[in-house]
Amino acid sequence: MIWIQLFFSFFKIGVFGFGGGYAMLSMIQGEVVLRHGWLTAQEFTDIVAISQMTPGPIGINSATYIGYTATGSVWGAALASFALVLPSFILMLTLFRFFMKYHESRSVTDVFAGLRPAVIGLIASAALVLMNGENFGTPQGDSRQFIASIVIFAAVFVANFFFRANAILLIVLAGIAGFLIY
Amino acid sequence: MIFLRLFWTFFKIGLFTIGGGYAMVPVMEEALVAKRKWIADSEFVDILALSQSAPGILAVNVSIVTGYRIKGFAGAVVAALGTVLPSFVIILLIAMFFARFKENETVERIFKGIRPAVVALIAAPVFKLGKAARVNRYNVWIPIAAALVVWLFGFSPIWVVLAAGAGGWLYGTIKRKRGAQ
Repeated sequence: MIWIQLFFSFFKIGVFGFGGGYAMLSMIQGEVVLRHGWLTAQEFTDIVAISQMTPGPIGINSATYIGYTATGSVWGAALASFALVLPSFILMLTLFRFFMKYHESRSVTDVFAGLRPAVIGLIASAALVLMNGENFGTPQGDSRQFIASIVIFAAVFVANFFFRANAILLIVLAGIAGFLIY
Repeated sequence: MIFLRLFWTFFKIGLFTIGGGYAMVPVMEEALVAKRKWIADSEFVDILALSQSAPGILAVNVSIVTGYRIKGFAGAVVAALGTVLPSFVIILLIAMFFARFKENETVERIFKGIRPAVVALIAAPVFKLGKAARVNRYNVWIPIAAALVVWLFGFSPIWVVLAAGAGGWLYGTIKRKRGAQ
């Protein structure tokens, strides 16, 4: 059963994953954390961190990791990655043949006028869902972790957004901060 | 030979681009257009536009079309395999050992610091990409509504994609019909 669910989950993510890496994260999270509970929000965040620090597309990294942890088998990792890439094959090879016809068409332009802003909202939702007690601590439970987390979040956001600081560098610095604080 | 070269070129692209997505674009341009001359500059831009407007992983989409252009369906398979294989192997090794590694107290301390940083790194592109997606004061309700239905009501992002695409098409069609009258 898990194999079929895994295949369909990642196939769906491949079909509806518009807007690149970060937007795809919201899809993966929706299927893997919210729907099937294969991973907790914390484990999911850890995978995103690992994906940021290792080469390759985030989508493939998450599919491989989740496929392996959900089944405990290398074949689970292969199945999830294959399911994620399969829709791209079908769509890209079909689209390529009709490229000119479709790409210039008004209907496609209209669909994307709606899709583009919604994808931005999906990225925001991925961040919002992950802002929980597992990742940040709670003010009641561990106020020190909660405050430290808020400070790290704000510092990384400002450094990345305003000063275009490199993501990998920021993750390394946050790791050092965690090691020193806790 | 050409298959081997195709595989190796995309394998290197997959291996050396950290962060994925747009980070891969300049690396691909250099390998496919400047070095191998497999495709022309203008064609690369077309392939990129097509890959961006299709769902799925950008780098994989580009490798499928480029591979297909060079050596047909088998070329597409070989190129995609090359792109995917490095991350597959690396992540598999990490997945096999990370569970044990995570029990370690030092690792847990480090990850306690990393988790809020990762969430901030996901939040930052929302505002960066907002401009590129042409979000303005007339359509800003769309990303807000999309984020809220997923976050507060637990809707699947898939429904948001379907609704936004259908809504965009409907709006465009109605607007054109009104304009024609």
